[in-house]
Amino acid sequence: MTEKRIPELLVEPNKFCPGCGHGIINRVLAEVLEEMDLAEQAVGSLAVGCACLMMDTFGTDWIQAPHGRAAAVAVGVKRVRPECCVFTYQGDGDSMSIGFSETMYAAIRNENITAILVNNGIFGMTGGQMAPTSLPGQRTTTSPKGRDAELTGQPLNMINQMKQLPIGYLARGSVASAKDINKLKQYIRSAIETQMNGGGYSMVEVLSPCPTNWKMNMESSLAHIENTVKSVFPVGEFVKNGERTDA
Amino acid sequence: MPRRLMKGNDALSEAAVRAGCRFFGGYPITPQSEILEYLSWRLPEAGGTFIQAESELSGINMVYGAAAAGFRAMTSSSGPGYSLLQEGISYIASAELPAVFIDVQRYGSGLGDIFQAQSDYWQATRGGGHGDYRTLVYAPASVQESVDLIQLAFDKADEYRNPCQILSDASIAQMMEPVTLPEMHEHDPNAEWAVRGKHGGDFKRVTSTMYYIEDFDAYIKNKYDVMAEREQRWESVQVEDADLVLVAYGISSRICKEAVKIARAQGIRLGLLRPITLWPFPVKGFAEVNPDVKAYLSVELTSLPKMAEDVKLACEMKAPVEIFLGGAKIPESTAIVERAVSILKEQR
Repeated sequence: MTEKRIPELLVEPNKFCPGCGHGIINRVLAEVLEEMDLAEQAVGSLAVGCACLMMDTFGTDWIQAPHGRAAAVAVGVKRVRPECCVFTYQGDGDSMSIGFSETMYAAIRNENITAILVNNGIFGMTGGQMAPTSLPGQRTTTSPKGRDAELTGQPLNMINQMKQLPIGYLARGSVASAKDINKLKQYIRSAIETQMNGGGYSMVEVLSPCPTNWKMNMESSLAHIENTVKSVFPVGEFVKNGERTDA
Repeated sequence: MPRRLMKGNDALSEAAVRAGCRFFGGYPITPQSEILEYLSWRLPEAGGTFIQAESELSGINMVYGAAAAGFRAMTSSSGPGYSLLQEGISYIASAELPAVFIDVQRYGSGLGDIFQAQSDYWQATRGGGHGDYRTLVYAPASVQESVDLIQLAFDKADEYRNPCQILSDASIAQMMEPVTLPEMHEHDPNAEWAVRGKHGGDFKRVTSTMYYIEDFDAYIKNKYDVMAEREQRWESVQVEDADLVLVAYGISSRICKEAVKIARAQGIRLGLLRPITLWPFPVKGFAEVNPDVKAYLSVELTSLPKMAEDVKLACEMKAPVEIFLGGAKIPESTAIVERAVSILKEQR
């Protein structure tokens, strides 16, 4: 039997739905913080939506911001306590819809924080409404006939919004396979290294399944990410050490 | 300390720095923009941080973060921008964090206009944001009092772990007066509740304290009851023998003070009750008023009466409460005296 090692930062079992990607992302983030010896000086900023369930189960200091404003709150912390490892953890509705301005301006000012944006293409906690990242044709509770891009616009690609900015690190990963999860861990580690080296703004977007609101099982959710979501939201590193890697 | 001639907004800013404020995130809007301009160079000089935020929403949430990290933090705004701060003020009150907010009031609803007014009284004193919270609201009537009250506001914010507000107006903010500034104060940011990484201790969660306090309803009611009982401040001028008592705060109170002088010289017994705290409203001050007072006159620079309702509650309608509205125009002290004389005639 191999030993089951759970990061000490995961102080309680998570509260996410079965098959949700947040649990994996939580685990990866916890491993990175512990391996980098940052667990004791980390401060997280989250708002509402499924991410806020982490406040009881993920044992770093936390601040819960108003919906969308986690980046601004994180900036307030980091500016007065630059020695802390300050990160945001938000879903796509939170960070890219109501919080688009706060998210973008943290990047525009190249604030020395790390943003983790979990893209599952839907508003999860409020019951499956359309998000900026919902795919064309995607059925949600507010696009019951499928998202009509003629009416609602194309899905928002935050990497494209940010990659021309002079920021430290930018990547998009996924939890669709073990290989992807290993890469995601590298991305999150690079993002946090960038922050702790004073390298400026770092952001990792994570493609993640929401089986509950996608009305899929876990296997088909992961296949959907692999076969469909990734074609709209390509994974990889886009900015590294302040340089474009895809130019 | 030598006295200096300073503009209201500049003096308020310098006093905040000297009170130990080390973080400001805010957005320009007239008539408070000098606060940003002043702090943009002064805070870095004092080892603090100034950020011109992309919006008031972002600015107040930066303040939320800095306050949660234990630092004395503030923002300021005016009218339309003050409306945008309300979401954050509600969150900061709910998380029971100390912070200071300034509203340099301007005229009107919607966009309104940039000239002096006292239109935001309800928003400041009734909560403004959603839910069950209160904030201490201080109303300076001079540049010196702006300096004195913002220091008190930071201290009281810490004492109660609750946001405090300065409700100023364009006149007080834009006028120049001589002031004495306090000594520099350094604030220790390492309160036990401040987020800075857990450093071997338990992890801390800054969010609505309602999640963690047993019998929260009773707890929060008691907190605000204690503040309401202890924190009332006012100035009274010749109210003990007054036939008519003017009630006014901020810039209006200065005109009323002159009105009292003019009236008394003519043998008309006017008095003035000047709330310094608008929440809690200084109900106790009304106990000093002549029990045979014939009427109160609430003098406000608004289009619609607001403070008058608090005056009615405070005096328990033992005498009629009349209303003098300045609206967009600052009234002449003589006009207030004329109105007082006419009210007293009607009362005979």
